[in-house]
Amino acid sequence: MSTTARPELTHLQALESEAIHVMREVAAEFERPVMLFSGGKDSIVMLRLAEKAFRPGRFPFPLMHVDTGHNFPEVIEYRDRRVAELGERLIVASVQESIDQGRVVEETGPRASRNRLQTVTLLDAIAQHGFDAAFGGARRDEERARAKERVMSFRDDFGQWDPKSQRPELWNLYNGRIRKGEHVRVFPLSNWTELDVWEYIDREQLEVPSIYFAHEREVFERDGMLYAWREDVELIDGEQVFAEMVRYRTVGDMSCTGGVRSQAVTLTEVVAEIASTRITERGETRADDRVSEAAMEDRKKAGYF
Amino acid sequence: MTLDLLRFTTAGSVDDGKSTLIGRLLYDTKQVFDDQLEHVAEASVRRGGNGALDLALLTDGLRAEREQGITIDVAYRYFSTVGRDGLPGRRFIIADCPGHQQYTRNMVTGASTADLSVILLDARHGVLEQSKRHAFISALLGIPHLVVAVNKMDLVDFSKERFEEIVKEFAEFTDRLGAKADLVYIPISALLGDNVVDRSENMPWYDDQTLLQLLETVEVAYDHPFETPARFPVQWVIRPQGVPGAGDYRGYAGQLASGALRVGEEVVVMPGGQRSRIAAIDTYDGELDAALAPMSITLRLQDEIDISRGEMICRAEEAPEPVRELEADVCWMTEQPLRAGGRYQIKHTTRSAAAVVDSLCDVVDVHTLQRGQAPQQLSLNDIGRVRLRTSAPLLIDPYAQNRRTGSFILIDEATNGTVAAGMVCAPTAA
Ligand SMILES: Nc1nc2c(ncn2[C@@H]2O[C@H](COP(=O)(O)OP(=O)(O)O)[C@@H](O)[C@H]2O)c(=O)[nH]1
Repeated sequence: MSTTARPELTHLQALESEAIHVMREVAAEFERPVMLFSGGKDSIVMLRLAEKAFRPGRFPFPLMHVDTGHNFPEVIEYRDRRVAELGERLIVASVQESIDQGRVVEETGPRASRNRLQTVTLLDAIAQHGFDAAFGGARRDEERARAKERVMSFRDDFGQWDPKSQRPELWNLYNGRIRKGEHVRVFPLSNWTELDVWEYIDREQLEVPSIYFAHEREVFERDGMLYAWREDVELIDGEQVFAEMVRYRTVGDMSCTGGVRSQAVTLTEVVAEIASTRITERGETRADDRVSEAAMEDRKKAGYF
Repeated sequence: MTLDLLRFTTAGSVDDGKSTLIGRLLYDTKQVFDDQLEHVAEASVRRGGNGALDLALLTDGLRAEREQGITIDVAYRYFSTVGRDGLPGRRFIIADCPGHQQYTRNMVTGASTADLSVILLDARHGVLEQSKRHAFISALLGIPHLVVAVNKMDLVDFSKERFEEIVKEFAEFTDRLGAKADLVYIPISALLGDNVVDRSENMPWYDDQTLLQLLETVEVAYDHPFETPARFPVQWVIRPQGVPGAGDYRGYAGQLASGALRVGEEVVVMPGGQRSRIAAIDTYDGELDAALAPMSITLRLQDEIDISRGEMICRAEEAPEPVRELEADVCWMTEQPLRAGGRYQIKHTTRSAAAVVDSLCDVVDVHTLQRGQAPQQLSLNDIGRVRLRTSAPLLIDPYAQNRRTGSFILIDEATNGTVAAGMVCAPTAA
């Protein structure tokens, strides 16, 4: 036992401990929590944290993926494998079903995206299963509207977020009281940065979907971003499809997630690239946030993650 | 070794230059990404600036606030430094607290998790009533380090005399306050960058640390976990059912609120008082010999005791007395006032109970910061001392000794809102 040496805790250990604490609070205080799982790097970290919080027991909640139907196949394959490994339950909420049921209308045209439609599918699923708390992997450093988001964020019975009437969040005491029909979104990674996430993935040696590493892909350039080419993409005048070495910084819907030129094929190389990058994650790769200065804020108010 | 994570809060009156200071910290530590910079450059022009980058725009928050041109809620920012010149480098979390309207509620919120508080003053205006309030709240919330950044030194000709005048005035006030915090004064210009990250060439008379140097080297609370009593509020009991190989595992999961625990130590489970020994400290990554705050761990005990959420595992000789009556300072956070007889839910560590307000003892005058006579009520943003009775025993420590086990919130059951932040004073025997 090393009792004489002064103790040392790294910032990653502190962030990890805080996130585990949040997860256990929610498990203890809510009746039907759910953990959203996209197969992206943040939700991969969330799964590991859930293992740390609840093993050797089972997760006291199911996992849920909102499937836009336009996900990268590599990510879906990864999702199914990881869920099987964990032996936990996965619910898939499908945007295609929301479209088929007439709950939402598909956007058309070359810039069509299913990103907005996800919100309806998500809120429907939350209502249908009676979930009262939904874990998400969002971080406050991602985008300016998130800087004021609480760790435990209250949503009214329309699933909406009102930035002006948030509950004050003091110490590590979370107020999880809600009425029927209301729910909370919980963000255990609130205080993590993109670099923290990658360092953690590296430290824990977590497997991530292959699209996070540099690979050659057929892409086309639009608004300064490189998008994956698929059969059903409508090209706009002058756009060319070409092969490029890219990697993804986020794994959203294929229709609005851009890749970045990269040669990083190992975790260590990815961490090094992120550490020296000069552009924010969302600015570089998410078309949905570039539409207007207040894009994220508006979507969050409507119930988006 | 120090924990390489520092949480600090910033407060100042409107226009003292808080946004500019945070922007400057981010910019000079190279934390600003190109696309953000582009954004700020465009916005600076749109707003009719003189072409210079307005660094304040970097921390610009939500649309409602942008429209009103003010910040209305606590915002969190992140930056980090890499080790250099023998300094360690750190990860920083800033709780940026807006300077007016609801300032008490916001500042208390931001301060509750901070290790250090930066109070900004305008060198031209000196020590305002608001600056004193900020210092008062920082002290009340038990923040161990207070930094008074005297900003806009460029507008007072970088005058040493002016700086010293302000230091003297502030020190007189904090002496009266009896603040225990370690107090540092730094003359800066957030606009020009003097003494924020880089040393000022305009103020050769100041040869102490720059703001960033201070932030990088200040000791944080968790430096001394072995000096505080161990407090382990049980959050969640792990009893796997039907998991192959798990046997009859029974573990008590939680986050060590303070102190350290070791395998083999004799412990007592409060409030029941059952004794046992720590059989194992489990984590997903394997068993540990010892754990220290703020680690999240799972304890197994040698004896089979029925323990549930809300109970607390402590070392036998230093366990707190369970109490059902307590005196506390509260910051009131809602429109509906607090009165004697009021009933609320209290949440303290992982324990919840009903609480009734027996009486109000005093209220802090926002102008003089003196404690006045027992009031009829506490209104929004008031701070005052109250006596509470609870439906179940609580395991408290005075806030001055333990920020985790000395703090609580009150919840209004009608609205479900969080209506008060509470800090325990000396416990009164049940
Ligand atoms: N001359 C001078 N002006 C400053 C300094 N810091 C901030 N300002 C200006 O003071 C005004 C208010 O600053 P801002 O950061 O928006 O204040 P906040 O309301 O405290 O966030 C702006 O016009 C800033 O450019 C400084 O060190 N020197």
